[in-house]
Amino acid sequence: MSRSNIWLWSAAVLTYAFLYIPLAIVVLYSFNDSKLNAEWVGFTLSWYKALLNNTEMLAAARNSLIIALSASFSATLLGTMAGLAIHRYKLKVLPVLVFTPVAMPEILLGVSLLLFFLQVLNLTLGMVSIIIAHTTFCIGFVAIIVRARLQGMDESIFEAARDLGASPWQTFRLVTLPLIMPAVVAGALMSFTLSIDDFVITFFTKGVGEPILPIQIYTMIKVAVTPEVNAISTLLMLLTLVMIIFAFRLEARASARTMSLDEAGK
Amino acid sequence: MINKGAGDARLARFLVGGPPLLFLVIFFVAPSLIMILTSFRFPGEFGGLAPVTPPGDTVAGEHGLTAEAYQFFFGDILYAEIFLKSFVVASATTLICLIMAYPLAILIARSKKRFRNLMVLLVVLPFASNFLIRIYAWMIILGPESGLSHFINAILGALGIPPVTLLFSSFAVLVGMVYVHLPFMVLPLYTNLEKHDPSLLDAAQDLGANSWQRFWRVTWPLSLPGVFSGSALVFIPVLGMFAVPEILGGTGDILIGNLIKDQFLGTRDWPFGSVLSIMLTLAVLSVAGLATWFSRFAAGQRA
Repeated sequence: MSRSNIWLWSAAVLTYAFLYIPLAIVVLYSFNDSKLNAEWVGFTLSWYKALLNNTEMLAAARNSLIIALSASFSATLLGTMAGLAIHRYKLKVLPVLVFTPVAMPEILLGVSLLLFFLQVLNLTLGMVSIIIAHTTFCIGFVAIIVRARLQGMDESIFEAARDLGASPWQTFRLVTLPLIMPAVVAGALMSFTLSIDDFVITFFTKGVGEPILPIQIYTMIKVAVTPEVNAISTLLMLLTLVMIIFAFRLEARASARTMSLDEAGK
Repeated sequence: MINKGAGDARLARFLVGGPPLLFLVIFFVAPSLIMILTSFRFPGEFGGLAPVTPPGDTVAGEHGLTAEAYQFFFGDILYAEIFLKSFVVASATTLICLIMAYPLAILIARSKKRFRNLMVLLVVLPFASNFLIRIYAWMIILGPESGLSHFINAILGALGIPPVTLLFSSFAVLVGMVYVHLPFMVLPLYTNLEKHDPSLLDAAQDLGANSWQRFWRVTWPLSLPGVFSGSALVFIPVLGMFAVPEILGGTGDILIGNLIKDQFLGTRDWPFGSVLSIMLTLAVLSVAGLATWFSRFAAGQRA
C-alpha cells in the first residue's frame, strides 16, 4: 500500500466512524438501564416495554403508517407517470414542476402549502393535508428513479413491440411496465421511508388532532428526553434498514437481469 | 392514418403527463403564487391575515395590498444579519463536508468495482435513518454529561482553561449540519471521480508529477463539476434549515429557517413570513444558478 493510500484509508475510516458512531450510541443507550444518557449502567428492555404502553406513541405510529402508505401510493402512481412522460416526450414545464420540490429547502414547500390549505382550500389541517404535502415532494423522487431506469434501456425493444403490432397500451402493459417495475417498487419504498421520516413538511401541515410520529419524537427531544426516544429511534432505524436493503437488492437483481438480457441480445 | 397516429400520441401524452402536471399545478404552483400574494397583504389582528375589503370600503388603505412587510424586511439591519449568518453557516458546512467527503469519494472511486456499491451504500445508510434521530444523537454526544464533554473539559482543566459547554452552541449547530448533509457531498463527488480515466494519472506520473501535483493539476480540476453540484446540494438545504439550530443551537443561533418558522407558528405574521420565504427562495435560486454556471464553466474549460 502506498503512502497516499494509507492517508486515504485513514480519512475514509474516520468519516465512516463519524457517520456511524452517533447512531450506534443511540442504539446502545436504548438498552441502558438508566434515565440519563450518560453512563452505562446495565442492560434492560424496559424502554421498549414503556414504548408499548405509550398509547399516544402507538397512535402516532399508526397515523404515520397510514400517511406513509397513502402518500407513497399516490406519489408512486403520479411519479411513475411523470417519469415516463418526461422521458418519452420533450416536455418543458413538467420537469421543472417535478424536480423543484425535491431541490428546494423543505421549509418553503411546508410554508406555502400551509398558506394554501388554510386560505384557499379552507381545509382543517390533519392527515389529509399531510398526505397531500408528502405526495408533492415524493413525486419527484419516484420520477427520478423511474426516468433513470428508462434512460438505461434500449429503445429498440419498444420499437420492436410497435412493429409487431402492439397498441400503445399493450406496449406499456406487456413491455414497459414489467421492465420499469423494479424502479417503481424502489420508488415506492423510497417514498414510504421519506414520508414516515419527514419532519419539516409535516411540522407545517399537521393539525392539532392526531399525533404523528416525527412530531412526537420532536416533542420528546425538545421537552423531556427519556431513553424511550432511543428505543423508538432504534425501531425506526431497523424498519428503514430493512426497506433500504430490500430496495437495494431489488435494483441490483433487476440490473443484473437487464445485463443478461443485453448479453443474450448480442 | 397519419393523423390518427398523431392524435393517439397526443392523447397518450395527455393521459401520461396530465395527472402529475395537474397535481403539481394545484399543490406546488398555486401555493407558491398564494405565498407571493400573501406577502403583499396586511397581517391580521390575531395572527394570520386581515381580510381584503373591496377598494371602495378601504379605511385609509388599511385593508388593501401593501408592501409594508417588504419595507419592514429592508428597514431593519437585523434581518440582513440573520441572512448573512445563515450564509456563513451554510458556507462553513459546505467546506467541512467537502474536506471530509473528498478522500472518501476518491477511495470509493478507486476501489474494485464489486466493493463500490457496498461502500456507497454504507454512506447512504445513516442518511436513511430518521432526520430527527440523527440530530438527537448529537444531543447525547455533546451533552454536558457525555464522555466527550468530560474528556474535553479535563484537558481544558489541565491547561487551566474554564470548562466549555458543547451543546446548545454554534459549534453544535455546525456539527449537526455537517452530519445531516455529508452524504449529499459524497455522492456527486464519487459519481464524478468514478468517470476519471486512470491513465491520466499514470501519464502525469510518467511526466514526473508527484502525488500532490497529480492531485492538484489533474484530479481536482477534473472533479470541479462534482464539487459544484455537491456544494449546491449541501448549501441549499442548510440555508433553509430550522430543526438543527432549534435542537442543537443556543438562543443566539437563529437562522433564516427559524425566523420563517416563528412567523408561521409563533407570532403568526403571515405577510412577513411570506416575505422571508420569498427572500430565501431568491437566495436559493441565485446559489443554484451560480453552481450551474460554475459547473458549466469548469466543464467548458476542459473541452
